[in-house]
Amino acid sequence: MKRISFNWDKGILVFLVLTTIVGSFITPYFANASNFSFVIQDIGEFMLMAIPMTFLIISGEIDLSIGSSLCLSSAALGYSFRHGIPFWLCIIIALLVGIACGLINGILVTKFGLQSLAVTIGTLALYRGLCFVLLGNQPVNQMPLSYTNLGSNSIPHTFLPYVTILIVIFGAIGWTTLHYTRLGRWTFAVGINVEAAKFSGIPVARLKLALFAMTGLMAGVAGIVYTFRFASASPDGATGYELSVIASVLFGGVSIAGGVGTMWGVLAAVLELGVIRSVLQLTNVSANTLLVVSGGLLLLSVAIPRAIELSRNRRKLVSLDSKS
Amino acid sequence: MQKRLTRVAIAIVAVAALAGTTATANAGSAGIKGGLKIAIMPKAVNNGYFTAWAKGGTTACKEIGARCTYLGPTTATGAAQVQFINQIIQQHYNVLVISAADQNAIVPALNKAKAAGITIVTSDADVDASAAASRVTAVLPASSTRIGTAEVDWIAAATGGKGSIAILSAAATAANQNAWIAAMGPYLTSKYPNMSWVGGTVDKSVFYGNDDATTSTQQFDAILAQYPNVAGIISPTTVGVLAAAQEKKAKSLTVAITGLGLPSQMGPYITDGTVLKVGLWNPIDLGYVAVYAAAEAASGTFKGTVGSTFYAGNTKKTKKTYTVTAGGITYLGDPFTFDKSNIATFAAIY
Repeated sequence: MKRISFNWDKGILVFLVLTTIVGSFITPYFANASNFSFVIQDIGEFMLMAIPMTFLIISGEIDLSIGSSLCLSSAALGYSFRHGIPFWLCIIIALLVGIACGLINGILVTKFGLQSLAVTIGTLALYRGLCFVLLGNQPVNQMPLSYTNLGSNSIPHTFLPYVTILIVIFGAIGWTTLHYTRLGRWTFAVGINVEAAKFSGIPVARLKLALFAMTGLMAGVAGIVYTFRFASASPDGATGYELSVIASVLFGGVSIAGGVGTMWGVLAAVLELGVIRSVLQLTNVSANTLLVVSGGLLLLSVAIPRAIELSRNRRKLVSLDSKS
Repeated sequence: MQKRLTRVAIAIVAVAALAGTTATANAGSAGIKGGLKIAIMPKAVNNGYFTAWAKGGTTACKEIGARCTYLGPTTATGAAQVQFINQIIQQHYNVLVISAADQNAIVPALNKAKAAGITIVTSDADVDASAAASRVTAVLPASSTRIGTAEVDWIAAATGGKGSIAILSAAATAANQNAWIAAMGPYLTSKYPNMSWVGGTVDKSVFYGNDDATTSTQQFDAILAQYPNVAGIISPTTVGVLAAAQEKKAKSLTVAITGLGLPSQMGPYITDGTVLKVGLWNPIDLGYVAVYAAAEAASGTFKGTVGSTFYAGNTKKTKKTYTVTAGGITYLGDPFTFDKSNIATFAAIY
């Protein structure tokens, strides 16, 4: 089981390298600093949200409300800014709102034993509704440029947008936590067999609550990035982002059934989706075709590991047959 | 007007074909640079209204010898549109004619495009007033007030000037719709004393169909369920008014319907009497005029300052001058009304 996902992750990395090379050859607009900067900016929020979502899906849970949580954090930032609160405090409020969104999901799942799929479909609508309650139909704009410029400018003397710093920090934390700490091992254990995990003394409920809270926090961080990048907060922001985040996590080789996945597979997958979109766009592929391609890629990412698994099982059966 | 444009376009294509490639370089009317690379970007592709809008833009491109590309996202959000703005920056376009899917979210991207030397004109939907400097001018159909009040006149004509009415809008954040709706409130009260809003005030009488056919139908049904005595429904969006007309016909309802509708979509319902009048501006003209404004700005002959002028059209007969008004906005004229008398003609065009 573990080898299969490992193979797929490696496939993603090869795919990423190939796309980059092909892209550099077929369009002169692709391989340059300003375009790489656009690509990173484009996937920033997705990277930040894919990190906790990887934990959550590996543990056997899901958060469909992550896009609405992002929006609610952004809306809270905009709302408090509109009411004259100092901007640095608005940012802290946005983070707290993000954590609260995650905690509510987590409490409903762990304390009331509800299914995360159902709970977060509910909060997807609930949090989105709250965005409209907070902002009405008036988006907030004209935020201080010293902050919003961080969303569109690059780190001085580089082509890397500021969001790169967040991606590197949180990516490294996510990676080491998932693969090199007890928390990471627990996450896998819970995803593989929750009953066994309970019997072996893992505090399953507390772990899951923490994972949901972490997801909310990262939705809050992404909400701030989003607000800066678009220099505004709008109640209909980030609509549909939850599906893109989940799709890229699955594309990165994480099993929707839980228990399987790697952080670097997911990070490479998000990057790959950004790169492939950029290459296709710059070769003037239409938006409609882009939709078909991203859907097709997701199907492949689910189908190929399954096909490998099936063929391997068959081989195993054959070898068992010959032994007996 | 439209037929004339089409005829002009055909003539231009024919001339260009005869003259070969040399025609492209100097096909532009005096003052407009030939060979401009122009991007025409809708809020979202796969939308009949924007296809018509781009048709006008493309016609203008041919007249001025520019290379035009119609590109944009499949969902009408600012975030999705930004990816395409970035694309045209990368591909070194000279000109961007854009209908803003989000009046704020695309502003940082537009500023980057401007810094990269791209001339920007918004058309159909403008950016927020605070960001007016990011584009040369906004080419808009008619002032918000005139669009809003015209719709009230149409519904009054359909209900006989009495009864309570509701609004089936697009998204709650749609700036265009909100501006028109704001103009409807006071006008109805002052002009039609026997009419009222179902919810007491205009703000409490708006339902949001999110420019989605299914949601619009559901919200239409919700209006009738909540206010069974509603006399009329104004839907200031092409998706909403079509959904309303379909639902009215399917259920044989009596509620009057009007709004902003595409003649090609509304044709059958106007012909069979389901809907008395709808209106719209001509999106083909809107795109056409916007491309001229942008091309002249890119050629340095038009600055976009209040009171400055540009022209659209390349023959003496079709040439028309437009003047920039307050806020850097250029208006095309009044909304155009469709009824039984003219619907067949326009349904064939867009």
